[in-house]
Amino acid sequence: MRRLKKWWGAAGLLLLGILFHFAAPPFGWTVESPYRIGAVFSITGVGSFLGEPEKKTAEMIVEEVNQKGGINGHPIELIIYDDESDATKSNLAVKKLIKKDEVPVIIGPTRSGESLAVVSVAEEAHVPLISCAASYKIVTPIESRKWVFKVAGSDSHVAGKMYDYMKSKGIQKIGIMTDSTGFGASGREELLRLAPEYGITIAADERYGPQDTDLSAQLTKIRSVQPQAVVNWSIGPTQVLAVKNWRDLGMGYTPLFQSHGFGNRKNLELCGTAAEGVLLPLARVNVGALLADAQPQKKVIMEYTKSYEDRYKEPISSFGGHAWDSLHLAIAALKSVGPDRAKIRDFIEKTQKFVGQHGVFNFTPQDHNGLSKDDLEMVVVKNGDWALAP
Amino acid sequence: MGTDFLQYTITGLTVGVIYAMVAIGYNIIYNVTEIINFAQGEFVMLGGLFAAFFVGTLHLPVFLAFFAAVIATGCVGFAMERFVIRRARNAGVLSLIIITIAVSILLKGSAMLGYGKDPHCLPAFSTRGPIMIAGAVLQPQVLWIFGVSALVVIALSFFFHRSFYGKAMLACADNPIAARMVGIPVRQMVLLAFILSASIGAAAGVIITPISLMDYDRGAMLGLKGFGAAVLGGLGNFYGALLAGCVLGLAESYCAGYLSSGYKDAVALIFLLLALFFKPEGLFGSEAATLKKF
Amino acid sequence: MNKKDRWAFVGMGLLIAVFPGVALNVKCISHYVDVMVFAGIFSLVSLGLCMLMGYAGQVSMAQAAFFGIGAYSSGILTSRLGWNPWMAMPAGAGVAALVAWIIGVPALRLKGHYLAMATLGFGVIVHIILGEEVKWTGGPSGMVDIPGLQIAGWKLTSEVAWYYMIWSVVFMALLFCLHVIYSRVGRGLRAIHEEEMAAESMGVPTACYKVQIFVFSAILSAIAGSFYTHYVTCLNPGSFNLMWSIRFVLMVMVGGTQSLWGAILGAVLLTFAGNEWLQIFSDFEILVYGAMLLCAALFLPGGLASLVPKVIGVFRNSLTHLCKR
Repeated sequence: MRRLKKWWGAAGLLLLGILFHFAAPPFGWTVESPYRIGAVFSITGVGSFLGEPEKKTAEMIVEEVNQKGGINGHPIELIIYDDESDATKSNLAVKKLIKKDEVPVIIGPTRSGESLAVVSVAEEAHVPLISCAASYKIVTPIESRKWVFKVAGSDSHVAGKMYDYMKSKGIQKIGIMTDSTGFGASGREELLRLAPEYGITIAADERYGPQDTDLSAQLTKIRSVQPQAVVNWSIGPTQVLAVKNWRDLGMGYTPLFQSHGFGNRKNLELCGTAAEGVLLPLARVNVGALLADAQPQKKVIMEYTKSYEDRYKEPISSFGGHAWDSLHLAIAALKSVGPDRAKIRDFIEKTQKFVGQHGVFNFTPQDHNGLSKDDLEMVVVKNGDWALAP
Repeated sequence: MGTDFLQYTITGLTVGVIYAMVAIGYNIIYNVTEIINFAQGEFVMLGGLFAAFFVGTLHLPVFLAFFAAVIATGCVGFAMERFVIRRARNAGVLSLIIITIAVSILLKGSAMLGYGKDPHCLPAFSTRGPIMIAGAVLQPQVLWIFGVSALVVIALSFFFHRSFYGKAMLACADNPIAARMVGIPVRQMVLLAFILSASIGAAAGVIITPISLMDYDRGAMLGLKGFGAAVLGGLGNFYGALLAGCVLGLAESYCAGYLSSGYKDAVALIFLLLALFFKPEGLFGSEAATLKKF
Repeated sequence: MNKKDRWAFVGMGLLIAVFPGVALNVKCISHYVDVMVFAGIFSLVSLGLCMLMGYAGQVSMAQAAFFGIGAYSSGILTSRLGWNPWMAMPAGAGVAALVAWIIGVPALRLKGHYLAMATLGFGVIVHIILGEEVKWTGGPSGMVDIPGLQIAGWKLTSEVAWYYMIWSVVFMALLFCLHVIYSRVGRGLRAIHEEEMAAESMGVPTACYKVQIFVFSAILSAIAGSFYTHYVTCLNPGSFNLMWSIRFVLMVMVGGTQSLWGAILGAVLLTFAGNEWLQIFSDFEILVYGAMLLCAALFLPGGLASLVPKVIGVFRNSLTHLCKR
């Protein structure tokens, strides 16, 4: 009988221990009310390949910051909603974050369409929103985008970088092909708009659907105008098809430029040797290891790469970098001015030289993106891997 | 100019043959049951993904993977008939449409969960490089596509006109009640129809994957265009489907080449609408008498 | 309208009227009013579709396309040509009606599932056009900064105002639908659904009625699309694809094809399910939808609405049982 009591005592102590383990704060850590940050990502649906690394990155950063004692002692409470790559859902999710969760700042949504669907919500509710999507429409016209920022580079930067490189190589006549998604359409707009500025003529302008199974027809048409380079701007499997068909049609002598969307190792695997020599502008986060040590971004990129790859056992994607940039901006703002919506907005607008994954951000009241084409690197596929283009 | 035209023709025929295979799948089921199986496109997607799995993960040789994928998809067709369609045998047309749509959503969703959203690749059946014909490029895989589909068509017509089961299926198509009275097990024939059409869809999926890759989201569009071919060729008409598939593929390819590549996908659907409105018996079907015969 | 419908109408009216008062005061469901605005918009679509499926026995896989035609007409006319939104709305409905008529007349003359196929193809074509006509529709990246709605110079901005406006429109549409069902046209339609041949031989102009209902459903969808545009103030083709058409069909199937009340119930349930309750399923959502559609078609052909009389019956039986004792 006595023995049994002893067991009960031991079990009770153990239980208490476990409870305290969870309940008691770590040593030297005073409990402050948590700071809330809202996030909307396309974790499922067609945009999941963008939203999933973003979610993982955000969760990882929050855990790291909280382990180090949070923001001025306040732990971060990250509230993530999935918009399932659907504009209606992202609109509702942002409203929910504003009304129910009363967050002082929101990061996301992931894609341009969903971001545009919530811009007016953030404006009306006066909540700062840091979008992870690329479309320039998210932050222009600036008069009606007081509360909206974005951390992804614009397509004009990518096109500009591409044209810069072409100019340096003496390429003047090109053929372009884009897919009919928002991504491709926006790229096409910028390519067409910027071409005259750089003295480049677009001799062929082809489009195709994201589900197309063969791009030979488009490439044949481009080949017939004999351009000095081909630009393909698309997302998903068509990027791989473009490379394969370009090779098969014997167009290897005409350099193929891809958009930054191609910057995923999976694409290299699917293309195999066909991808050798493909050129594309990429954000530095994709090519951290290739950067010179003096590069200001090198340190944050290598740190992020290491902790992400250690934790999730998968290579980083540049989209996770957007979540890194937006969340760290929000954290920096919370650290300086606390959870006040208006002050956070003003803080972000004044942020200068913020070293992130996708570049060094310099925000101004006229520029709510803060990046330029110099934040990109021209990269070439060499031996099945990225290399800085000569 | 001539080179481009040749290239568009090759491209058009390649996809056209795939549409034709999908259309044949529709026809087999339609003939025996008068059901339009909206999940037909998903069979193509499943075929491609199964084959990619057999080659990529189990490291089977491509030819073995081809048959394994066809058989596996055939099993899916079996399950669909046995567990879903058979339960709904007394349902109205409206319910049947919705049921096959539901099955297609389920197949698509399972494929997404099982294979992820990335496209999957398959090595070409033969490793030699592309063949040049007057400046146009012909990939050896295209020849395989033509060859396999020709084989399928020949085998099917043999099956339906020479074999016992094939004739029994035709009898069901003609008049199910009479067929049952002479002792043909109609339910089994329906089951066979589903297995057959799933397998043919899968074969189409496997042969196209080396050229176009395959992902979970492909089925619906392939299904729709295949359906366009089936209607254009006359629902139930076998050779009509083959011809109509090639016509659609060519039309698409020429549209992409000479008109607008963005509207390429609309071409097949516009053909479908026009056929439905003005010639519902199809280009090659002559009136209702042959609506249900090959 | 019979007695039962009248009671249901009053009951639902009260429920809808009281809902924001309750929801806004309970923190964790304060955003439900926003969800209900979308549910109201989708209810308009599902009401039209319910008339088509339940009373004309046809299925349309292009409701999202009509929804999109209404939405884009409003968007283009107001933001590009400077029209008043209240003028753009009937214009959009007119366009949708015309298109529906053009498709409906030949397709509905044929038997069986021809309308399903024609609408399926048509829906995809509309989606392609929305993505391709960049000059007008903004292409795949869509349109932004579309003006909101104004009533007599007063701008509709608060969620509650939108809520009451949308739901009063839903009620008006519902009244109209109920009126149609109990009119000569409605009786004719039910006759078509039972036995088309017999109806025709009794002198019911079947094809004509079916086309009328199809056009009507397109108009309702287009109006819903207009409201959607001015509420969200931005558009992109992703909201008008085949998946949405399937969702609309699912709303009607879950609610019950034979009941207009079921259509509204289905729209509300699925909007909440998609945005609130099924979030935990995330990637499995597509499977859940498929399974729901399959189960509804196989096991519950009358939808949830068919359960209501059964539940009431059981309730009443047990009540009388209790009273006897």
